[in-house]
Amino acid sequence: MKDDVILCFCEDLTREEVREAIKKGSDSFEALKRLIRCGMGACQGKTCEENIQREIMAITGKTREELPLQRQRPPSVGIFLQDAARGDNDEK
Amino acid sequence: MMKNSAEVVIIGGGVVGCAIAYNLAKMGCTDVVVLEKEYLTAGATGRCGAGIRQQWGTEMNCKLSKASMDTFEVLNEMLEYPVDIELKQNGYLILAYEEKEIEQFKKNISLQNRLGIDSRLISPEEAREIVPHLNIDGLLGAAFCGRDGHANPFHVTQAYADAAKRLGVEIYTYTSCMDIEREGDQITGVVTDKGKIKTSKVVNAAGGYSDLIGNMVGLELPVFSERHQIMVTEPVNPLQGPMVISFYHHFYCQQVPHGAFIMGQGDPNEPKGHNIGHSWQFLQELSGKIVRTFPVLKDLRVVRQWSGLYNITPDSQPILCEAPEVPGFYMAIGFSGHGFMIAPITGVVMAEMILGKEVSMPVHKLDLGRFERGELVLEPSVV
Repeated sequence: MKDDVILCFCEDLTREEVREAIKKGSDSFEALKRLIRCGMGACQGKTCEENIQREIMAITGKTREELPLQRQRPPSVGIFLQDAARGDNDEK
Repeated sequence: MMKNSAEVVIIGGGVVGCAIAYNLAKMGCTDVVVLEKEYLTAGATGRCGAGIRQQWGTEMNCKLSKASMDTFEVLNEMLEYPVDIELKQNGYLILAYEEKEIEQFKKNISLQNRLGIDSRLISPEEAREIVPHLNIDGLLGAAFCGRDGHANPFHVTQAYADAAKRLGVEIYTYTSCMDIEREGDQITGVVTDKGKIKTSKVVNAAGGYSDLIGNMVGLELPVFSERHQIMVTEPVNPLQGPMVISFYHHFYCQQVPHGAFIMGQGDPNEPKGHNIGHSWQFLQELSGKIVRTFPVLKDLRVVRQWSGLYNITPDSQPILCEAPEVPGFYMAIGFSGHGFMIAPITGVVMAEMILGKEVSMPVHKLDLGRFERGELVLEPSVV
């Protein structure tokens, strides 16, 4: 894979940028996202997490079992504020 | 390899712990270890609303937050941080919907102005000039300070951590404090899940878990933790300058430099405890408040909700002191939801206190004994 390949589409991060941050010490997906925002965009990591976890494995030598997946939080897909405000009340 | 002794062990890799570590090292005490049970900012720091304001209702909070804002303004240079802490100073707009709020704001503003904080009371029309998409129905007025704003908690913490490490501080992530050992009333060491560190000075900077660290030296600290929920939208072009908050509706909402809107609310019925789960009631309630207050935001998508812990004291002001019963046990806890914004000055005064220097702020009033003496100075302005 080339270094200028985009790994995180929502936040426009290249493979090289992700690898640099891992080398500087962000050795888990949760730690990494807080500094470079990978997985913090509209898809919330659903597109990029797998590829980024592979980079963490390659650089840190950790196995998949040693690397926790990021914590999943709602909503499972982006939801308009007006729809969230209405909740399950379809009459309003 | 982990150090087996240190002059000072700090428990908590949030912004407060890292700021204390940096200031200790800068003052010459470089034999310092920071313990963090997960990764830096895993606790309250990385879950907060990222606002920094000076508009407080007590002299203490005004002084601490003003001194901290002075530091935020030069933090990139001071810590030689090559990224950016994303300081944004487009103000805090605090909405008033009741006459008694206006009265309180007048008192606050007179105090703030006396202490050199440039805040003012404005009309609903002026508020709408500052935030054009604000619905001013029912609004009586607002308090505004243009120098308040936002900074990125992850980068602020990383900046302190990196600078501390360059000065010799060791930071151990994924390392839990399991116990604090004592002989007589003297602290002798900290037991971690990776080994023991001999020390005579321990700093409790454990945020939402500070009560558990207190228990390790036999203290029942007058703090409790409470979940506060928060959510974020997709990023859009710059639209909203200031952080907008309402004590009446218990919410805050700001657009961060990245473009996303971050918003949260306090729930008066939230039980005490360490729960950091999420609820659909929060998503629905807060979305309703936001759509009513900022109608144009109705078409923004929420992409994530999360939560973190406020560590709350009886007067909503922090506890910054050495425990009288346990010499060498220092505390920077109980920030009650505003630890991030006063972390820079907290780091300075705690380092001064630990090293026996003259403390540059009158924080002796924030000691543990104030609760027993009944000398509480209640902060009236908390979301």
